[in-house]
Amino acid sequence: MADVTAKPGYEIVIEPSRGWLRIDWHALWEYRDLLVLLVQRDFISRYKQTLLGPLWHFLQPVMNAAVYFVIFGVIAGIKTDGLPPALFYLCSQLTWNYFAQNVNVGGATFINNAGLFGKVYFPRLLVPLSVVVANFIAVGLQCIPFVLCFGYFKFFTPAAADISVGWMALLAPLPLLQTALLSLGVSLWMSASTAKYRDLVHLNQYLIQLWMFATPVVWPLSQIPAQWKWIALANPMAVPVEGLRICLLGHGTLSATEVAVSVAVTLVVLVTGIAAFQKVERTVIDSV
Amino acid sequence: MKPVVEVENLSKLYRLGSIGATSLRETLERFTKRKHAAITTPTADAGSRAGAAPNTFWALRDVSFSVQPGAILGVVGRNGAGKSTLLKILSRITEPTSGRAVLRGRVVSLLEVGTGFHPELTGRENIFLNGTILGMKRTEIAAKFDEIVDFAEVGSFIDTPVKRYSSGMFVRLAFAVAAHLEPEILLIDEVLAVGDAGFQKKCLGKMGQVASEQGRTVFFVSHNMGAVRSLCDEAILIHDGRLTRRGTPDEIIRDYLAATVPGEAGGLAEITWSPNEAPGSEEITLARVRLTDESGDTLSVFEADKPITVAIDYVVQRRIQGMRFHVSLTTQEGEIAFVATDHLFQPESQDPGRYTTAGTIPGRLLNRRAYAVHVGCSIPGERWLVAEQDCLSLTISGAGNQASHFPESWPGVVCPVVEWSVTKMPEPVLLGATRR
Repeated sequence: MADVTAKPGYEIVIEPSRGWLRIDWHALWEYRDLLVLLVQRDFISRYKQTLLGPLWHFLQPVMNAAVYFVIFGVIAGIKTDGLPPALFYLCSQLTWNYFAQNVNVGGATFINNAGLFGKVYFPRLLVPLSVVVANFIAVGLQCIPFVLCFGYFKFFTPAAADISVGWMALLAPLPLLQTALLSLGVSLWMSASTAKYRDLVHLNQYLIQLWMFATPVVWPLSQIPAQWKWIALANPMAVPVEGLRICLLGHGTLSATEVAVSVAVTLVVLVTGIAAFQKVERTVIDSV
Repeated sequence: MKPVVEVENLSKLYRLGSIGATSLRETLERFTKRKHAAITTPTADAGSRAGAAPNTFWALRDVSFSVQPGAILGVVGRNGAGKSTLLKILSRITEPTSGRAVLRGRVVSLLEVGTGFHPELTGRENIFLNGTILGMKRTEIAAKFDEIVDFAEVGSFIDTPVKRYSSGMFVRLAFAVAAHLEPEILLIDEVLAVGDAGFQKKCLGKMGQVASEQGRTVFFVSHNMGAVRSLCDEAILIHDGRLTRRGTPDEIIRDYLAATVPGEAGGLAEITWSPNEAPGSEEITLARVRLTDESGDTLSVFEADKPITVAIDYVVQRRIQGMRFHVSLTTQEGEIAFVATDHLFQPESQDPGRYTTAGTIPGRLLNRRAYAVHVGCSIPGERWLVAEQDCLSLTISGAGNQASHFPESWPGVVCPVVEWSVTKMPEPVLLGATRR
């Protein structure tokens, strides 16, 4: 029982922090069990007392795809790169919904956890991180309608010829990884800003909605005139959304430079996001 | 042996304006004002570095001490003295403004019972969640799981969502997790102010045992002087953000109460809170507590034969049921003279509004000495609504002391009227008469 007594070398030094970026990897590792339990909590608590439970992950993209089809496909007449619209929309949503859900929840880390943060210490980064991990499970569930739809069009319809899937499918985790990192970075920035200015909570939700229309979710990059394409690509989310479609459906237009720029922007957002988050976390309890 | 905790010149400066949520507009206003001020008084900055700038205060100032492994250190001080700030810094919830602290070992802070409990999760899931939030490993919790469930006495409810628990069960479960933590350093702030007395005792016992048998270090912040006395080996007194004294619990409690309970000179007869600093909970807050004599005058020095009325003005914020106030009097040494409650006189439920409850302590009961008056409010068997506050102090003096006519100090916590009768026994008439 006395096995915990005085682990040599375990020392915590508390002093005013200096420097703009210092990630305590050791503490994050020490608290890895908490990450698992936070993910479990997010997942369980979301579906307790709901009728359909995790089935919502299944239904939501299908219903969204139906709405997009009517509004953007039929009424606005936006082309879908020669792909069956249902497949196109379901594929876009794998990355976009993941991003939006991460930012919606993760972007209010300090506000949602003020009570907890005021009473106990643990590495605060775990909270937005747990959101990203928990939502990744949701992505897995969202894959089910996509795979069903994919199977239907590939094997039972003449559209099969348009769907060219090959070794690129193995790269599919990469756009998702970029989405995870970017959404974490954006969540951290939003958490830091909303902790100080509550007003921004409302602005952020609006921002995410607008962001979707600026991202090739319901339209392919090929629909953008060449001279305006750089504007569309200034949005770091454009590359993972279009990229996943290239990987899984073989349709899309991206150059290596465009991918490299987007990844670089993602990393900058992430690193500065961590710095902003850490600056706020030091004293947020004094003001939230 | 290397000290397990070393604190050097720890200070924390709070900016008053920044407490509470800020809006973008406020910051913009402050920004423009600051610019304006900078133009009009360019030298203002020079003066503000030495002392506290306007709108700031030092919650903690140059506190230094060290603690050896296995010690149970009591941290004593009035509300707002800086105890909680010290604990928040040591538990890394907030950063110090300057100074440094070194903690050698794993730290668990218990500033609240049930931190991170999720109402939708079952008792079992919450034990793991709460335990890991407090810094334990899942394997450690699994090893202690049965012990925790036993201790909490929740039995078959362990797989029920905690939102269906009675508040007593909830508190017991939360306590049980806390009581079974095994860090090298445990920081406890007032958490024992909730929960029923029997269970509090069980938890105190468990914590004392953990410290003495396993050599863990405990920081214990409490207003409960009895608990500090019985649990701690040593104590520090914090006053206005500074560490003013370190010594045995008895010495520190005496100092603390001496500051709260001035000697023969008098005491504090009335305390009033403004609505935003009033102690209490969502349901009820205190507004004023005062001591009055028979004619309604506010006094702190009473003649021993005069009744003393303790009047508590409180505000019910939300309809409550089954609530009661208690008033306890303690001596300078921290012994409880008695605890009184208005339970039988409180209506079953109260709607929002302002109320007063007043209790009269009869004359010829208290001894000729100084007492501190503590006020708290709870729903019996469930939880505290207002954690016990040391509010006022009073002195009993003058004639009318029943024990003796001499102006000597008389031992004892109370000095009730004891009816004596002294009779001369009749002379025995018969030899061999036996005792009855």
